[in-house]
Amino acid sequence: MKMSLVLEARHIEGGYDLGSSFLKAVDDCSLYAYEGEMLGVAGESGCGKSTLAKLIMGLTKPPLRLVKGKSIIDDIDVYKLSWNERKKILWGKVVTMIPQASMNALNPTKKIKDVVFDVVREKYSTPPSKSEILDMAKKRFDEIGLDPVALDMYPIELSGGMKQRAIIAISTLLNPSFLIADEPTSALDVSTQKLLLELLYMLIKRNIVKTLIFISHDIATLRQICDKMCIMYAGKILEISDTEDVINRPLHPYTEKLMESVIPLIPSIRKKTLKGIPGAPPNLLNPPSGCRFHPRCRYAMPLCKEKEPPLREAKKGRFVSCWLHLG
Amino acid sequence: MTERIVNAGKLIVRYKKLLIGVTMLVAIIAFCTLGMLLYPIDPKAIIFRDLQPPSSTNPLGTDVFGRDVLAQLIHGTYNSFRIGILAGLIATLIGIVVGAAAGYFGGMLDDLLNLITNTFLVIPTLALLIVIASYIRIRSELMMVLIIGVTAWPWTARAIRAQVYSLKTREFVDLAKISGLPKYEIIVFEILPNMLSYIVMCFTLQMAGAILSEAGLSAIGLGPTALITLGMMLRWTIVWEAPRIGTWWWFIPPGLIITLIAVSFLLINNGLDEIYNPRLRRMR
Amino acid sequence: MNMKEEALLRVENLTKIFKTGFLGKGEKIIAVNDVSFFLKKGEVLSLIGESGSGKTTIARLILKLLKPTSGRIYYEDTDIWEISDKAYWRKVQAIFQDPYASFNSFYKVERTLKNVFKLFPDKVSEGEKDKKVHEALEKIGLNPKEVLGKHPFELSGGQMQRLLLARCLIIDPEVIIADEPTSMVDASMRVILLNIFKELSKKADKSIIFITHDISQAFYISDRVLVMYRGRIVENGPVEQILFSPQHPYTKRLISDVPKLHEKFKFTLT
Repeated sequence: MKMSLVLEARHIEGGYDLGSSFLKAVDDCSLYAYEGEMLGVAGESGCGKSTLAKLIMGLTKPPLRLVKGKSIIDDIDVYKLSWNERKKILWGKVVTMIPQASMNALNPTKKIKDVVFDVVREKYSTPPSKSEILDMAKKRFDEIGLDPVALDMYPIELSGGMKQRAIIAISTLLNPSFLIADEPTSALDVSTQKLLLELLYMLIKRNIVKTLIFISHDIATLRQICDKMCIMYAGKILEISDTEDVINRPLHPYTEKLMESVIPLIPSIRKKTLKGIPGAPPNLLNPPSGCRFHPRCRYAMPLCKEKEPPLREAKKGRFVSCWLHLG
Repeated sequence: MTERIVNAGKLIVRYKKLLIGVTMLVAIIAFCTLGMLLYPIDPKAIIFRDLQPPSSTNPLGTDVFGRDVLAQLIHGTYNSFRIGILAGLIATLIGIVVGAAAGYFGGMLDDLLNLITNTFLVIPTLALLIVIASYIRIRSELMMVLIIGVTAWPWTARAIRAQVYSLKTREFVDLAKISGLPKYEIIVFEILPNMLSYIVMCFTLQMAGAILSEAGLSAIGLGPTALITLGMMLRWTIVWEAPRIGTWWWFIPPGLIITLIAVSFLLINNGLDEIYNPRLRRMR
Repeated sequence: MNMKEEALLRVENLTKIFKTGFLGKGEKIIAVNDVSFFLKKGEVLSLIGESGSGKTTIARLILKLLKPTSGRIYYEDTDIWEISDKAYWRKVQAIFQDPYASFNSFYKVERTLKNVFKLFPDKVSEGEKDKKVHEALEKIGLNPKEVLGKHPFELSGGQMQRLLLARCLIIDPEVIIADEPTSMVDASMRVILLNIFKELSKKADKSIIFITHDISQAFYISDRVLVMYRGRIVENGPVEQILFSPQHPYTKRLISDVPKLHEKFKFTLT
């Protein structure tokens, strides 16, 4: 079965204006996502994963700006729209982001339904009536397993899990086909985190949203729901493959190292010594020549220093940007 | 280049209040310091005809004794500022010592210091000043400074106490403790520097308050008898009923300068608050 | 109990109640509830629990930063409140959770690092101080030239957390209480930091209390594990025992809910 393409982001390049210099946080990144797909974007802090998400959505609020590239979501060319048009027809309706720390983002002085009214009204020049909005909200709350009674409550009356559901329900109220979750779990304890993962999984399986991009630094979290994984480093995409391949048969030396840094929960772990990756990621104002990982790579060859490896299909369905596999 | 100008423009807009306030204050200070250099007329010398309107010899006319009003204004502003700075310093210092001790040590000491602070806070300051000032026979400048300074500290102490109280639970204070730093060093070198902006704000407010207190006290006849201050100028205009006899050049200038000083400090304080308080900054 | 006798640090029936409101007439919060445990020389002991479970309060109690409501803490069989502050803090040191809040942002980090020489009984010369600071920084992989002259906000979370560890290394205490010491570093650097702690215990015979909410990290570096839940210790034993047969429902949930790299959650959609 041929799935339809929901996201087509080509050669995205962008970053932040820092007065006198420009920090290129994302450099020539292409990403595709199909209907029904859950795509994980992994990488360590400062690798550009959140910036890439913003650029894909067209959230180019200064100092962030797009230099090059194209992002098409559900046949809508994001950068052909003005900021106001993106606000009106794109965000919330076609694509929605659940940002970091959003699980505490509900205004404590407002009932859930008032938040719902605000969110919906902002998106329409002639908003639907209150009862129509309420019907919509009730339906969505039902779908994701939250009692619509919650609409009449204040955030403080909801448990942690209910709050999550309310936030997810509100963000998907206008039926966006594409959801981007940016580290939504990082501040939660493991049990609440698991509930959120289940919730995101359900959104796709029940076809409430068509596609999900899940951004996280924690690979073990990503692998729980993502079919595919994209590994980023210093503003570049280094590898895109099925989750099982990335974890069990990583191609890129960085991916390999990253997997070795994850502490497995096994009894013998106490006796083992994991390695980690010595050194630090490069300064993006002055990135190294050639492959950006070569100064920390144990397989580095002279070529790696001279020429930047392109992201190519090395094996079937497996894309990697490394001279070891592109030779 | 144009970008720089635009940025500078944005900064000016953002710090508008602070800039206007500082400009006003600098202008007033320049007026009295430069004035003393460039206008060498003795403010106490009775050498002119009395109650003359402004003229080329007396730009602001003369008072009932035949003294030059401009010279008095220059020296009066200068002396008022000196009293304000000294009294403000005393009040701020007492406030810091009491507030920091209460906030840092807590417990019984805190309760005791709070009691004292609150007692001072509920006594109407002006009434207290009147009582103190009328009991003291010698009314020198130093006495004035002490009276104002010693009565104005309570709210500074309160503000400092609250700040210290919240800062002392921060991890850097814990780390300083387990690094073996003595308590006074933790207060003076770890906690206080972190509230420097706050202390500066307290001081500007105290100084403005002290200048106004001086004016108020002097105007009702409790000021430093031998000194010319803005308050003492007002005092004479009241005694000689300057408004009734229509000598506007005598009573308007000191009143105007006092108002300008108060406004400039208010603007500076509001401006600083906007810079240091990110929430106010974002709301603009 | 033989084990207890060789304990370096012993906590007995420790309770801490915070009172709120005027004269403590308001609500009572029992942060730590009748907790007892011991720490042996050269041992890594982990304190696992979610935020609010009382683990940071225990750290502050052991560090003499808080007075217990009841209960005692002994260091080498002496009540810690009978040991002079400086002597105690030379033996027992800490790494706090938030490295940015731990350094005074008013000063360069060098000053905070050098403050520790106040703990030393004899006066240390400036040259000696520099030497010790540089040695400690090199041990944890930081370039002294790149960090010492900086203010906290100019450094990354990972660098700051390593500086806190360096600070401990300069003091060279017997016990290090590390409260979430890797919360701001990436996985690849986390393992390197954890290895330093492991080495400190195994090679330098230091005792470490490792406070975390992450059981994988705890199991990787510790000899024994304490699980805390709402101010109480609900589980206490060697890593293997707790991983294989957790007793308390909270521990069971913790182990089952942590995402694992080689295992997928099975969601049954309701």
